[in-house]
Amino acid sequence: MHPAKSVIFFTTASGAGYGVLILFILMDIAGLIPAGWHVTLISLGVALGLISAGLLSSTAHLGHPERAWRAMSQWRTSWLSREGLFALITFLPVLIYGAGRLVYPDMTTPWQPVVAALSVALALITVYCTAMIYASLRPIPAWSNGWTPVCYLILSLSSGAVLLNALSFFLGFASVFLILVSVVLLLAGLIVKIMYWQSIALASPRSTAESATGLGDMGKVKLFEAPHQGDNYLMTEMGFRIARKHAARLKRLVILWGFVFPIIAILLTRYSDGAITIGLLTISVLTAAIGLIAERYLFFAEAKHSVTLYYGESAV
Amino acid sequence: MTALPAQTQKKLGLVIDLDICVGCHACAVNCKEWNTGGHSAPLPDNDPYGADASGVWFNRIHSFEVVPEDGGDSRMVHFPKSCLHCEDAPCVTVCPTGASYKREEDGIVLVNPDTCIGCKLCSWACPYGAREYDDDAGIMKKCTLCVDRIYNETLPADMRVPACVSTCPAGARSFGDFGDPDSDVSKLSAARGGYALMPEQNCKPVNRYLPPRPRKTVAEEAMGGAGLTPVADSSAGVMARWLDKILSL
Amino acid sequence: MSGPFTTVQEQVDVTPDAIDRTEYTTCYMCACRCGIRVHFKNDEVRYIDGNPDHPINKGVLCAKGSAGIMNYKSPGRLTKPLKRVGPRGSGEFEEIEWSEAMDLATEWLSDIRKSDPKRLAFFTGRDQSQSLTGWWAGRFGTPNFAAHGGFCSVNMAAGGLYSIGSSFWEFGEPDWERTLYFMMFGVAEDHDSNPIKMGLGHLKSRGEAKFVSVNPVKTGYSAIADEWVGIRPGTDGLFAGALIHELLAAEKIDWDYLARYTNAPWLVIQAPGTADDGLFARDRDGNPLILDGKTKKLVSALEAGGSPVMSGSVDIAGQRAVPAFHLMAKRFLDKSYSPEEAEKSCGVSAETIRRIAAELAHAAFERSIELDVDWTDWAGRKQTKIVGRPVSLHAMRGVSAHSNGFHTCRILHLLQMILGTIDVPGGFRSKPPFPRPVPPGPKPAGHKSEANKPLEGMPLGFPTGPEDLLINPDGTPKRIDKAYSWEHPLAAHGLMQMVIHNAWKGDPYPIDVLFMYMANMGWNSSMNVPGVLHYLTDTNEDGSYKIPKIIYSDAFYSETVPYADLVLPDTTYLERWDCISLLDRPICSAEGPADAIRHPVVPLDRDVRPFQDVLIELGARLKLPGFVTADGSAAYPGGYQDYIANHERAPGIGPLAGWRGEFGTDQGRGAPNQGQLQRYIDNGGFWEDPFTESESWMKHGNKDYLTRAHKMGWIPSTDRIVMQIYSEPLQKFRLAAQGFGPAVPPDRHKDRIETYFDPIPFWYPPFETTATAQDYTLHAITQRPMHMYHSWGGQNAWLRQITNQNRLYLHPDTAATIDAGDEDWVWIISPQGRVKAQIKTMHGVEKGTIWTWNAIGKRKGSWGLKPGAPETEKGFLLNHIIPELLPAQGDGFRYANADPVTGQAAWYDLKVRLEKCTDEEAGETEPMFERFEAPTLAPSAVSADGVLRYGKALHPTPSGKPAAAMAEWIGNQKGHKEGGNQ
Ligand SMILES: Nc1nc2c(c(=O)[nH]1)N[C@H]1C(S)=C(S)[C@@H](COP(=O)(O)OP(=O)(O)OC[C@H]3O[C@@H](n4cnc5c(=O)[nH]c(N)nc54)[C@H](O)[C@@H]3O)O[C@H]1N2
Ligand SMILES: Nc1nc2c(c(=O)[nH]1)N[C@H]1C(S)=C(S)[C@@H](COP(=O)(O)OP(=O)(O)OC[C@H]3O[C@@H](n4cnc5c(=O)[nH]c(N)nc54)[C@H](O)[C@@H]3O)O[C@H]1N2
Ligand code: SF4
Ligand code: SF4
Ligand code: SF4
Ligand code: SF4
Ligand code: SF4
Ligand SMILES: [Mo]
Repeated sequence: MHPAKSVIFFTTASGAGYGVLILFILMDIAGLIPAGWHVTLISLGVALGLISAGLLSSTAHLGHPERAWRAMSQWRTSWLSREGLFALITFLPVLIYGAGRLVYPDMTTPWQPVVAALSVALALITVYCTAMIYASLRPIPAWSNGWTPVCYLILSLSSGAVLLNALSFFLGFASVFLILVSVVLLLAGLIVKIMYWQSIALASPRSTAESATGLGDMGKVKLFEAPHQGDNYLMTEMGFRIARKHAARLKRLVILWGFVFPIIAILLTRYSDGAITIGLLTISVLTAAIGLIAERYLFFAEAKHSVTLYYGESAV
Repeated sequence: MTALPAQTQKKLGLVIDLDICVGCHACAVNCKEWNTGGHSAPLPDNDPYGADASGVWFNRIHSFEVVPEDGGDSRMVHFPKSCLHCEDAPCVTVCPTGASYKREEDGIVLVNPDTCIGCKLCSWACPYGAREYDDDAGIMKKCTLCVDRIYNETLPADMRVPACVSTCPAGARSFGDFGDPDSDVSKLSAARGGYALMPEQNCKPVNRYLPPRPRKTVAEEAMGGAGLTPVADSSAGVMARWLDKILSL
Repeated sequence: MSGPFTTVQEQVDVTPDAIDRTEYTTCYMCACRCGIRVHFKNDEVRYIDGNPDHPINKGVLCAKGSAGIMNYKSPGRLTKPLKRVGPRGSGEFEEIEWSEAMDLATEWLSDIRKSDPKRLAFFTGRDQSQSLTGWWAGRFGTPNFAAHGGFCSVNMAAGGLYSIGSSFWEFGEPDWERTLYFMMFGVAEDHDSNPIKMGLGHLKSRGEAKFVSVNPVKTGYSAIADEWVGIRPGTDGLFAGALIHELLAAEKIDWDYLARYTNAPWLVIQAPGTADDGLFARDRDGNPLILDGKTKKLVSALEAGGSPVMSGSVDIAGQRAVPAFHLMAKRFLDKSYSPEEAEKSCGVSAETIRRIAAELAHAAFERSIELDVDWTDWAGRKQTKIVGRPVSLHAMRGVSAHSNGFHTCRILHLLQMILGTIDVPGGFRSKPPFPRPVPPGPKPAGHKSEANKPLEGMPLGFPTGPEDLLINPDGTPKRIDKAYSWEHPLAAHGLMQMVIHNAWKGDPYPIDVLFMYMANMGWNSSMNVPGVLHYLTDTNEDGSYKIPKIIYSDAFYSETVPYADLVLPDTTYLERWDCISLLDRPICSAEGPADAIRHPVVPLDRDVRPFQDVLIELGARLKLPGFVTADGSAAYPGGYQDYIANHERAPGIGPLAGWRGEFGTDQGRGAPNQGQLQRYIDNGGFWEDPFTESESWMKHGNKDYLTRAHKMGWIPSTDRIVMQIYSEPLQKFRLAAQGFGPAVPPDRHKDRIETYFDPIPFWYPPFETTATAQDYTLHAITQRPMHMYHSWGGQNAWLRQITNQNRLYLHPDTAATIDAGDEDWVWIISPQGRVKAQIKTMHGVEKGTIWTWNAIGKRKGSWGLKPGAPETEKGFLLNHIIPELLPAQGDGFRYANADPVTGQAAWYDLKVRLEKCTDEEAGETEPMFERFEAPTLAPSAVSADGVLRYGKALHPTPSGKPAAAMAEWIGNQKGHKEGGNQ
C-alpha cells in the first residue's frame, strides 16, 4: 500500500495524542498528577493538539474535505465512520474533564472520575476503531489480522507514555512509576511488533494470482501484459512495493529507534540531571517519533493488496 | 446506504467467457467512451499526450500467461475485469458516508458523486481493483453496469445492455440476471462452469468467468492420433493406383 | 438538508436523455469498414458504436473504432496547407492558403504532364478510394501509381487470384456457421478485424469445431485456438506441403471437386526444351484438353459431361502430356514434402503434421455436410444438393510477408482444392465481386506514357505472360517501382516500398514529383528507415534535392509530413464523403454484395480539405480527360460527392451499386441517381443485396451466380471459373527465361525467373534466411496490436494509454542465451543495423523467434505528442533494421527484399541476433532521430491544467421517462445479429 504522509502522520500523531490522554487521565484518577492548571492545560493541550492535528491531516487526503462531516453517518457498518464519530465524541468528556480539572483542581467532585473514565474508554475505543479500519480490510492480509488492533493500542499507549514521561519532567510530576510504565509499554510494543512481523511473515497467502484469475488449474499464472502501460490509480495507491533489503533495514531502524533507544534514554534519566536529562528526554521523544513513523511507513509499505495479483504479484 | 440490502430483487451482472476473449480491448475503450459522457461523466485522463498518460477506466483488460508446472503447453489468457457487483460488497460497508451503495432493485453497486468524500477506503476494501478514483473530481467512480443504458427507453432497444457487452466483437461478454436461475446468463454460467474470482475474499461476486475450454490437441474422433494410412508403399505405387481413375465433369 | 448522521440516498436517473441525434456512417479507424452510429449530445460527439444492421460488424465495434472521438479531437491534426521553408525533415513550414497550394500543385504537375507524365510518381498508401486515385493516375498518364498493396499483402492477393480467383485477403471468409475445422496461418488481426473476432467467437461457442492457429506467437487469436502450432517463420509452405503429402498418399482427395472446379485434369505438355513445354495442350480453338477416360479421346476441358483422367500420360501429336494433377501429385508425394523432412525446417513434429492431416481428412470426408439447395451448374444441369467439406483456412501476413509468400499462399489454396472446400458449406467462401477469372484481368496499363495523354487503362492489373510486362525493349523497367518488370513480374499492387529508394537513385529513371497520400513512408511503412530519410533529403551537387518535389496529403502530423515540400491537409473520417465501392474494396460478405458511404457528420473546424475533393479539382485544373467536360469545365464541380453519384466507369456502373437509375430502382447497373447518396444515408450508410440460396454456393460453377455477377459487371462473361492448381501464366515466364516467346529476360534475371515461376507451387526457404550469415539466428517479426492502427493509433489519448511502449518479446530460454531477463535492454542486430529495445519473456513463442508490436515507436516531434512520450523514447521500430534490398548477387545487382514473383515486401524474413546492453546503454531506444519542429496543429480537448475531461459537457439530461425493462440479450449465445437488432 502506498504510504501516504498524511495517513502516517495522522495515525502516529493522533495515536500518541490518545496515549498521552489516556495515561494522563489514568494517572490523574490514581492521584499521581499534581494539581496545577498549567499541568492540566499543557498535558491535555499536547494530547488534544496531536489528536486534532492528526484528524486534520487525515482530511487532507480526502478528495472533498469540505464534505468530511458526512463521514459519521455510517457508524452502523463503517469503522472509518465509527472512528470519526468516536474521535468527535471523545472530545466532549475530555473537555468537560479538563474544564472540571481546572475548576476543581483536586478532583473532588464525584462526577469527575466518571467523566475521566469515560474519556479514557472513548479514547481507547477511538484508537481501536482506527485500527479496525485496517484490520477489517480482507484484501490486505498484513492488516486484516488480530495483531493490528493490538499493535495500534499498544503503540498508542507507548508513544503516549514516552511523551508524557518527558512532559512529567517539565511539569514536575516525573516519577519512577511513569518511567517504568513507559519502559514496560515500550517493551510490550517491541514484543508485539516483532510478533506481528513474525506472524505476517509466516502467514500463508490468502489469495494468489491463481485464485485471482481462477486459472490455477492450468498452471502457474504470470502477468503477460498489464491493461495499461502507465501507472493507474490502483497501482499507485495499492501497488506500492518496498524492496526486501530496504524493509529489513527499516525494521532494524524501528526496533532501535522506536524502542531500544527510547528505553535506554528514559532509563538513563534516572542517573542524570539538568541539561543532560533534558537532552535524554528529547532523545527519547525524537527517536520514538522517528521509530514510530518508520513503523507506520512499513505497516503500509509492506502490506500487499490483492489487486496487485492482477498486476504481476503472485501471492498476497 | 452503506448497509447492504438483505436481498436484491435482481442480481444483475456479467459473464465473461475467457475461452473466446481475444484481448482486443474493445470493451474497455467502448466502456470509457460511453461512460465519459454518462452517469459518471467525465472519466478524466491526465497528461493524455505526454509521458505519464493515465486515466479513469471502468474496465481493464489484463493478459496472463499460464504455464503448467510440467512446463507443457502454455496458455495465454486475456482477462477483462470490471466491477463484479458483489453481493457482500466490502466496498459498500466500509464507506463512511453512504456514498457507496448497492441497489436493492438490481444489485448494482454505485457511488453517489454528491456525497462521496474521496477517502478512497472503498478502493482499499475492494479485492479486485474495481474502483477508480477520479483525482480531478475528488470522488470515487466505478463500473455502473451501465445503469443509464439498461433501463433507458430513450435509447434504441439494442443499446439497452452495457456498452462493453454490445461492443464485444467476440461475443465474450453477456449480461443478465443471476438471481433468476432460468436466465440465459445463469444457464450459460452453469453449463460452462462459470466461477467467481477469489472466493476466499468472501465478497460473493455476481459476475462469473467462464474458464478456457480444454485444448483439443487430439481430435476427439477415433482417427485423431493415428495419422492416415497410405494407400500404397511408395509414391510411385500411389500414383500407379490413379491410372485407372476416371471422373466426371 | 440532511444532517451528518443521515444517509443521502442517491436517486439515479436510469432514463436520461443521453443522445439528441444519431448519424450513420462508416468507421475508418482501420481498413475494416465497419458501420457506425455517431451519437450526438449538445452537438458534440457523445458516443460511437456499431451499427447493428451493418453487414460487416453487426453492431460490434473494436477498440479503435470506439476511440474515434479521440481521433477526431487529436492534437496531431493538421490545420492548414503547408509549404516547406526549412530544409526537408526540419519541420519548418509556412502556412499557406488553399488557393496557393492548389496553384503550386497544378504548376508542378502540369509541367510534368506536358513533358513526361511518368515523372510523376503517385502512391497512395492506405487509400480506400483507389478506383478514383488509380483512374486519376491513368488519366494523368503516369504508370507510376500504386497503393499500399506491395508492402502489405500482395502475395495473398496474387497467390489467390492466380489460383482460385479469390483470396484470403478480405476477398473471402470462412463459413463460420458450419465449418468444423478451421486453420489460421499467420494472422494477428487481419483487415477483417471485427468479422474474424465475431466468427471465432461464434465458431468456438458452437463447441463442435476445432480451431488451429499456425503462428510462431501465441497471443490474440492464437491464444484462443484449440491447438497452437508454433511454427518457425517462413516455413508454412513446407508444413502445408507435408499435409498435402499425407493426404495424397492416403488418397484423401475430393476427386470430383478437383475434376469439376479446378484444372487438375487439364493436360500439360511435357516437352522439355521446347516452346510448348509446360503449357496446356489445347484444341484448335484454344481450349485446354483433357483425356476422357471412357472414350479415350481428347476433349475440351470446358465441355461439360466429359470423364477426365487425372493421372498417366498421353501422346498428343507426338508430344507427351499429363494431367496437371499428376504433376502436382508427383511433386508433393516426393520425400522432400514428407512430415519428417518438414519437421526439420518447420519445427513442427512429424507426428503433429500426420495428426493434423488426419484431422483435416476426417473433417472433410467423414464429417461432410450436405445442404438441400436447388441450384444450376455452369452447364445448366439442375442440382439439388451441395456437399460441404467443413474445413476452412485463412491466412494473412504471416504467410504473405515472406519472400516465399506467393507460393506458400498457393500451397494453401492447393490444400483447399484437394479437400474440395472452396465455396462449399463449411469451407472458405468468396465475397463478391469474387471469384473472378484466374487471373482476373485487366492487364496493367502503362506500356506507353506520353505527354498530355492518358494511359490506355488502369495502371495496376494482372499480367498473364511476359508480353504484359511493363518493360522497355532492353528489358529495363518502365515503372519507377519496377513493378511488372523482370524483377517483379506479377507485382499486381506495385512496390510502394521501393519508390523512394528508386526515385533517389534515379533507377530506372529520375522523377520530378513524388506525390503521396496516406502513407507514413518516412517511418513505419518503409524498410531501412535511416536510409529512407537519407534518400528523402539527399542532394545533388548543385544542392537541389535528388527527389525534386514531394507533395503529401496526410490528416495528421506524421513522421512523413516534415519531408514534404507541399502538404495538403486532409480531414478525418467523420468530416468527409467517401465511398466504399465495389470497384475497390467493398464491404461485401459471402452472403452478397454490399457497399457503403461515409458522409460528413461533424463540421470542419480547420482549414483542411478532403483529399478526394482536392484530387478531383486538380484533375479539372490539369484538364485530365474525364475530369473535365467537353467544354473544359470541371466534370465534378461538387467534388467527391458529385463524383460518387455521377461518375460512370462503364455504362451504368459507378462507384456505388445501390439505388441506381433515375428513380433509384436499379441495383448494380443503372443511370446515375441524384438522390442516391440520400438513399444511402437513409439506409444507415450502406447498401446490400443478399444472394438467393441458389446463388450462394460453388460460385465458380454456379449459373445463377455467374449470371448475376456478369450482370453486375464483376466478371466479363458467364463462363465457368476454373481454379488453377497448375498456373500456365507462370510457366510462360519460365519459358521466357528458357529463351522462348516474344520477350526474354536479360541474363541476370533468367535463373531467378526460371526458379520462381514454377507453375506448381513449391516451398523454398525465405531469402534472408539463406542470405544472412550464420550468426543471425533469430527470426524477428511484428504483430498488429488489436487496439492500434499502425502509426495513427499512437496519437489517440485513450489508445495510447493501453500501449505506448513496445517490448521485444522472446522465450525465456532465448533470453537466457544472452543472460537477459524481463525489462533488460538489448541490441537487436541485423546486417542492416541495430536497434535497442527492452525485453519481456513469454512462453508462447517459438524459441527461434522474437517479436514486437508493430508501429508503436514514434519520432520525437510527431503526432502532437509531448516531450517524454514513451513512444518516442522507448518505443522502437524493427523497420530500421530491415534491409530494403537483398544482398548483392555475383554481378553486384541487388533485388528488392521482396517476393520474386509479386514484389511483396518481405518484412518477416528478417534475421537478427541479440546482444545485451551495458548499463550505460540501457534506458532509451536507438537509433534516435532528431526532434523536428511542428507547425500549428489542431487544439486538443485537453483543458489548460493538462487534464482531458471529455464528456464533461455531455452530461445527460433527465428525460422523465419511465424505466423500460432491460433488453434480454446474451451476446455470445444468440449472436449479435439476432440480439443486437431491433
Ligand atoms: N515492421 C513492420 N513494418 C510494417 C508492417 C509490419 O507488419 N511490420 N506492416 C506493413 C503493412 S502491411 C502496411 S499496410 C504498412 C502501413 O503503413 P502506413 O501505410 O504508413 O500506415 P499508417 O501508419 O496507418 O499511416 C498512414 C498515414 O495515413 C495518415 N492518415 C490517417 N488518416 C488519414 C486520413 O483520413 N487522411 C489522410 N490523408 N491521411 C490519413 C496517417 O496520419 C499516416 O501518416 O506498414 C507496413 N510496415
Ligand atoms: N488493429 C489493427 N488492425 C489492422 C491493422 C493494424 O495496424 N491494427 N493493420 C491492417 C493491415 S494494413 C493489415 S495488412 C492487416 C494484417 O493483418 P495480419 O496478417 O493479422 O497482420 P500481422 O500483425 O502482420 O500478423 C502476422 C501474424 O503472422 C505471424 N507470423 C509471422 N511470420 C509467420 C510465419 O512465417 N508463419 C506463420 N504461420 N505466422 C507468422 C505473426 O506472429 C503474426 O501473428 O491488418 C489490418 N488490420
Ligand atoms: S468488485 Fe469491488 S467494487 Fe465491485 S462490488 Fe465487489 S468489492 Fe465492490
Ligand atoms: S471514497 Fe467515497 S465511496 Fe469510497 S469509501 Fe470514501 S466516501 Fe465512500
Ligand atoms: S457494464 Fe458498463 S460501466 Fe461496467 S464495464 Fe461494462 S461498459 Fe463499463
Ligand atoms: S471486447 Fe470481448 S474479446 Fe475484446 S477484450 Fe473485451 S471481452 Fe475480450
Ligand atoms: S475494425 Fe474497428 S477500427 Fe476497423 S473499421 Fe471496424 S470498428 Fe473501425
Ligand atoms: Mo497492410
